[in-house]
Amino acid sequence: MTPDALSTTFAALADPTRRAILARLAKGPATVTELSEPFEMSGPAVSKHLKVLENAGLIARGREAQWRPCTLQVKPLEEVAAWTEKYRRLWEKNFERLDDYLEQLKQKERNHGHRK
Amino acid sequence: MATASKTPTTFTTPSDVEIAMTRVFDAPRRLVWDAWTNPEHLPRWMLGPEGWTMPVCEIDLRPGGTWHFVWRRADGTEMSMAGTYVEVVPPERLVSTESWGGDWPETINTLTLTEEDGRTTVTQTVRYPSVAARDAATATGMKEGVSVSFDRLADYLEKKR
Repeated sequence: MTPDALSTTFAALADPTRRAILARLAKGPATVTELSEPFEMSGPAVSKHLKVLENAGLIARGREAQWRPCTLQVKPLEEVAAWTEKYRRLWEKNFERLDDYLEQLKQKERNHGHRK
Repeated sequence: MATASKTPTTFTTPSDVEIAMTRVFDAPRRLVWDAWTNPEHLPRWMLGPEGWTMPVCEIDLRPGGTWHFVWRRADGTEMSMAGTYVEVVPPERLVSTESWGGDWPETINTLTLTEEDGRTTVTQTVRYPSVAARDAATATGMKEGVSVSFDRLADYLEKKR
C-alpha cells in the first residue's frame, strides 16, 4: 500500500460515525436507509460519509438507483493491519540487533578499562 | 561471546493518539543513549528488515536540530525519513518529529530511558496527528496474510464506537 493510499484509509477511519457504519457493514450489506436509522442522521448526511468510505475503497455500493446496498471491502483494512504488523516486526528486529550491538559496546568498554 | 538475552517488546496505547513500545536492554542507559543518538552506532542496528543498509545517518543532536536517515536495499530501493529534535536530555529523554514525506502523517516520537541495576528500560512513544492514524495503526487482531473474518472485524469496530 502506498503512503497516499494508507493516508486516505486513515482519514476515512477518523470519524466515529464512519467506524460505526463499517461495524454495521461488517455484519452484512445494508442500504442507506438502514444505515441512517441508528445514527439519527439524514440520508444525505449518511451518504456523505458513505462517499468518503467509498473513495477510500473501504466499501462498495450497488449500482441500482433505488436499492443500493453497501458492502464492506476488507482489503484496505487488511493492508493497514499488514503495514502495522510489519512496523512491529521491524522494531523487534531492530531491538534484537541493538541487544547484540550493546553487548559489543560493553565488551569494548571492558577492554578499554572504562570506569563508570 | 555471550549472546544478549532477548526480552519481549511490549506495545501499548497510552492515549487515543499514541502507541508506545517498551523494551528492556541489558546495558546501562548511557550506552543505550549513545547507540540511539550517535550516527556512528545507529546504522549498526536500526536497519529494519534483513537486506537493508543505512547509508545516510545525519544527526544534529540539539533542540531544533534535524535528523535524516536513508535506508537502501541491494536492488537500489531507498527509504528516507527525516525530522527535527524538540527536546534533547541525555541520557534520559529525546523528543523528535518524524516524517516520511508526502501525505504520510508526521508523528512526534518520545524516547525515554530509565536505568535499574545496570539494565535500561526504553520506551518509545509515537504520537499520531489524529485518532484515525493511530486507530488504523492499532487495528489489532488482524494479521498479515490472514484473511480477516467479518465477525472479528465487527467486534473490533464495535469497541471503537
